[in-house]
Amino acid sequence: MEETGEMREQADTMSVDDTVLDGNAVAGALAAAFGSDVTACPGRCAHCGTVSVVGELRAYLHSPGAVLRCPACAGVVLRVVETTEATYVDARGAAYLRFDRR
Amino acid sequence: MGRATRLPRHVTERFVTRGFVGRRGAPGSSESGTASRVPPGQYLTTDFPVLSAGPTPRTSLDTWSFTIDGLVREPVRWDWQQFLALPARDFVVDISCVTKWTKLDMRWRGVSVDTLLEGVELEPNAAFVIAWSDGGYTTNLPIADVLNGQAFVAYEYDGKPLTPEHGGPARLVVPGRYFWKSAKWVRGMRVTATDEPGFWESLGYHNRGDQWLEERYSGD
Amino acid sequence: MASPIAWQIATVSAIRDETASVRTFSLKVPAWRGHRAGQHVDLRLTAEDGYSVERSYSIASEPERTGAIDLTVERLPDGEASAFLHDVVVVGDRLEIRGPIGGYFVWDVSVGGPLLLVAGGSGVVPLMAMVRHRTRSGSTVLARLLLSSRHVEEIIYREELEGLAARADGLAVVHTLTRSQPAGWTGYTRRLDERMLAEVLEPIGIAARTFICGPTALVETAANGLVRLGLPADRIRTERFGPTGT
Repeated sequence: MEETGEMREQADTMSVDDTVLDGNAVAGALAAAFGSDVTACPGRCAHCGTVSVVGELRAYLHSPGAVLRCPACAGVVLRVVETTEATYVDARGAAYLRFDRR
Repeated sequence: MGRATRLPRHVTERFVTRGFVGRRGAPGSSESGTASRVPPGQYLTTDFPVLSAGPTPRTSLDTWSFTIDGLVREPVRWDWQQFLALPARDFVVDISCVTKWTKLDMRWRGVSVDTLLEGVELEPNAAFVIAWSDGGYTTNLPIADVLNGQAFVAYEYDGKPLTPEHGGPARLVVPGRYFWKSAKWVRGMRVTATDEPGFWESLGYHNRGDQWLEERYSGD
Repeated sequence: MASPIAWQIATVSAIRDETASVRTFSLKVPAWRGHRAGQHVDLRLTAEDGYSVERSYSIASEPERTGAIDLTVERLPDGEASAFLHDVVVVGDRLEIRGPIGGYFVWDVSVGGPLLLVAGGSGVVPLMAMVRHRTRSGSTVLARLLLSSRHVEEIIYREELEGLAARADGLAVVHTLTRSQPAGWTGYTRRLDERMLAEVLEPIGIAARTFICGPTALVETAANGLVRLGLPADRIRTERFGPTGT
């Protein structure tokens, strides 16, 4: 017998936070700041060393700005704030971002 | 990144979208007497949006504590039971978030920071507090801004224990500042002589954040 | 030539209803430089007093289609931008956009396959651009689209997908309906799970290049499930949307 949609729905919504997005959600702001797409850039987490592409970082769109976290250790990799005048990027949580030359 | 912003008064060169008004409450009406309670650039809401900079911490009450340390003669630490035993009161305050929404008459219960600071003796050069939270969030305030009833640590909202999504077990609430200063999941305050810009203050947001002066961004 | 990073003004050239709550807006963008399937645009709506909101919408149309780009937008009950788009915008209106954006969640036929596409609700939009691109380029790369929706009338692009699958050129479309199913329904009838993924994956195998798009819960279930089935994690690309009907 199949589980009902409602039963699974409750289990799913309790286990995963649907408000957490990924680096794709901040792609435009990052592209405007860096001058080119950043979502395909691998980045090394300064906390745990895991390398993930920016598009895979977990995005918390906190009201004041966006916080992109390592999918492995949840450490902050990038922070982005767009004010009316400027875009701020804090990349201290990234040991590096790699921009491949095609 | 989806967010709502408003241009400063002096910036008007922006393409206007025909027919777009946005889903916002009124800036406050003179009939209801609320207009004067809504800071400049804000709109009333009846929601209580949940937005976060990271995964919701789930600190058990068995391990929870609140600490005041730094430039104090002796640090002080309360565990959960001790914290609940402190003199507490109800606070009904208006809250403004830097993303435009203002919510009136939010009912909290908790301990005034005045009460907490009575438990310590400040060093002569103490000038600032850095509130810090589970998950690594920080925010900074001059000591003068958290005294005299201007700040409290809340553990109940709307008559019920504060949920983790809204910052429970306990959060700082500073009604006179944009809501980013009201640190969720607060675990302590470190007293310092020099100011240390916190999580958002160090990335473009105003160091002080007074919503009545529209101190949203650094340089405002 | 406008930079993709700069805001530009596009004009709505056509509007088409896909379902009762989903609508496609065709936009003519001056000096559009083309895009890759999977990319999106940022849209900015500004009121007269300067109040503005920004949202990202995936491009539904294939790169081969010149002249206009399609954005397929689901009207969310609490959606400030989507409600405006559905309720107010008419052909001829001008909208401010930035794009195309994205270099990670993209696919071209040159990348090759086989291709596994997994979508929940409006997460199908960027994958549809990939499907349309595959068809237009004449590719016969093996491809499977697994699409999760709540009710049959909410399936976006249903007729077009039926038609593309009927071409029997290597594309198969598999549906699951999670809330209700019509009489005679032969597709899946439950939320996406590992067993379903295994069955959908079987004809293409674990060499598949996978793209998953939809609400976070679905994306995580699918990605974790596929890794457990043996797909290399670096061949799985994900894009998490906000709430959408799955």
